[in-house]
Amino acid sequence: MVSKVETVVENDVQVSEELKRIKRRKKRREIIRKTILYIIISIGGILAMLPFLWMLSTSLKDSSVVFQIPPQWIPERFAWENYPNAIKAIPFIRYTFNSAFITVMKMIGEVFTAALVAYGFARFRFPGRRILFLILLATIMIPGEITLIPVFIMFKQIGWIDSFKPLIVPAYFGGSAVFIFFLRQYFASIPKELEEAARIDGCSSFQIFYKIFLPISKPALATIAIWSFQGSWNDLLGPLIYLNSLDKFTLQIGLTMYQSLNKVEWGQLMAASLLVLLPVLILFFSAQKYFTEGIKLTGIKG
Amino acid sequence: MKQKNKLYKKLKKYEGYLFILPWMLGMLLFTIGPILFAIYIGFTEWKILTKPNFIGFQNYIDIFHDENFWNSLMVTVKYAVFAVPLGIITSLTIAILMNTEIKGIRFFRTVYYLPAVVSGVAVALLWRWVLDPEFGLINLLLAQIGIQGPGWLSDPDWVLPSYILMALWGAGGGMITYLVGLREVPQNLYEAAEIDGAGPLTKFFKITLPLMTPILFYNLIMGIIGAFRKFTDAYILGGAGNQGKFYLVYLYDNAFKYFKMGYATALAWILFVIIFLLTLIIFKSSSLWVYYESNDD
Repeated sequence: MVSKVETVVENDVQVSEELKRIKRRKKRREIIRKTILYIIISIGGILAMLPFLWMLSTSLKDSSVVFQIPPQWIPERFAWENYPNAIKAIPFIRYTFNSAFITVMKMIGEVFTAALVAYGFARFRFPGRRILFLILLATIMIPGEITLIPVFIMFKQIGWIDSFKPLIVPAYFGGSAVFIFFLRQYFASIPKELEEAARIDGCSSFQIFYKIFLPISKPALATIAIWSFQGSWNDLLGPLIYLNSLDKFTLQIGLTMYQSLNKVEWGQLMAASLLVLLPVLILFFSAQKYFTEGIKLTGIKG
Repeated sequence: MKQKNKLYKKLKKYEGYLFILPWMLGMLLFTIGPILFAIYIGFTEWKILTKPNFIGFQNYIDIFHDENFWNSLMVTVKYAVFAVPLGIITSLTIAILMNTEIKGIRFFRTVYYLPAVVSGVAVALLWRWVLDPEFGLINLLLAQIGIQGPGWLSDPDWVLPSYILMALWGAGGGMITYLVGLREVPQNLYEAAEIDGAGPLTKFFKITLPLMTPILFYNLIMGIIGAFRKFTDAYILGGAGNQGKFYLVYLYDNAFKYFKMGYATALAWILFVIIFLLTLIIFKSSSLWVYYESNDD
């Protein structure tokens, strides 16, 4: 009898020991799993960052150190002069101004008119609305290459070549169809009561758009503003086609000019490239959530 | 007064047009008009400064006998065939790694996403330096483990792999779309599968992958369109011989270097037809492999 109880107790102790061991093993396995995971994502992360670090490192080397093997990741002397030299090698300031001007003017046009059109599609029931919206969606699919040459010829005919107008003016005609689509989805989710109250107070449709829809849609507007900024700032083809005079070039064309200088100064070239990337990087770190906002809202999930 | 009200009501029905007017004008001026014009230009020989000369289908006939056309098309197709699937696999893998709840994961997400944020000439130049045969980062690293790296952009055999490598670097951009999808996979599906004794691989192929197909579908179409429209990197970096001459670069050369507007427009139409057909095929095939939740909408 006594021995039976003892064995039961002993069994219990054994079972709990066993359980502990299983738990410990599980925990150990979890630690191993996590360690492997950290190693893998760290290696991937390093691979993702290396080109940037290589760029930064090269931008601070003078030409004698650039070609040194094995390379110095942190040069003994920081060649800060690469930056002012890079800016002096081409009309960098002028091109920064040109790029900024085109980007900002386009951004205003694209965001404002896309919002206007999206509001029209989201909030009004007019005849032909469905078919027009379908046409809008269809234009997203049409590659810009088809219209590239006819539009170029059109702008040439009216004498707009070698001015910023061909790059900016189209932005004021609804902007990009994707932006309109994105904002329409957003506006359609805004409750009707808001505008009804405003309408009773005697607001016109435009006032409702301007005083209610625009302010409460700031996150969505910021998202497309960022897309617009990225697109214009990095655009090479547009400026390449429409601009001819040296003083009208943008930073993107400016960067290609370093290649035609007598000898590629890699330190300077990387310094200049880094300066051109800087606005996009700053924007990314200050507005990270907007960079990913669009995916949730455009509802790509089929 | 009453009549005025009636008229007002009638007009009110059309008020929405006021708001969409900019887009309607823009569509006529910058899309529909130019498309109609482009149909005509494709049938002409037109050296921008001279008058257009109607030549019927001659451009299209010439294109099919043009070696450079076939070359640029093949370069682009080869690139797409490798870069698009590899890009999708890489993005999905990154997304799965980034979907784990471990400390510092937000930091890693930023790190992986960052390459996709930057683009343009600066990035092309960065890669030219990274891929430099003698002093570039990649060959220096390869030398450390005793491998003599190739000439990358200067070696015809390595031009396309160079471009694919560059594309994969930016694969973190696609990660975000998959992450959103992975978050939406109902966790009880995994739990049920675990009870049935499913391992990680079975769970991935039977649950995760089918539920990801709508996003794969989207990324496949976007990837193919993106591959066929590759321009900036290809224009800046070129490549050995014609091996780096992508379709759009050849189109650009024809239009804005040789000023063959008619020929270049015909090239654009062929590009359009190719992209359209590929998209159509993928759409048609989607019922076979894209999984839609039946209770959705």
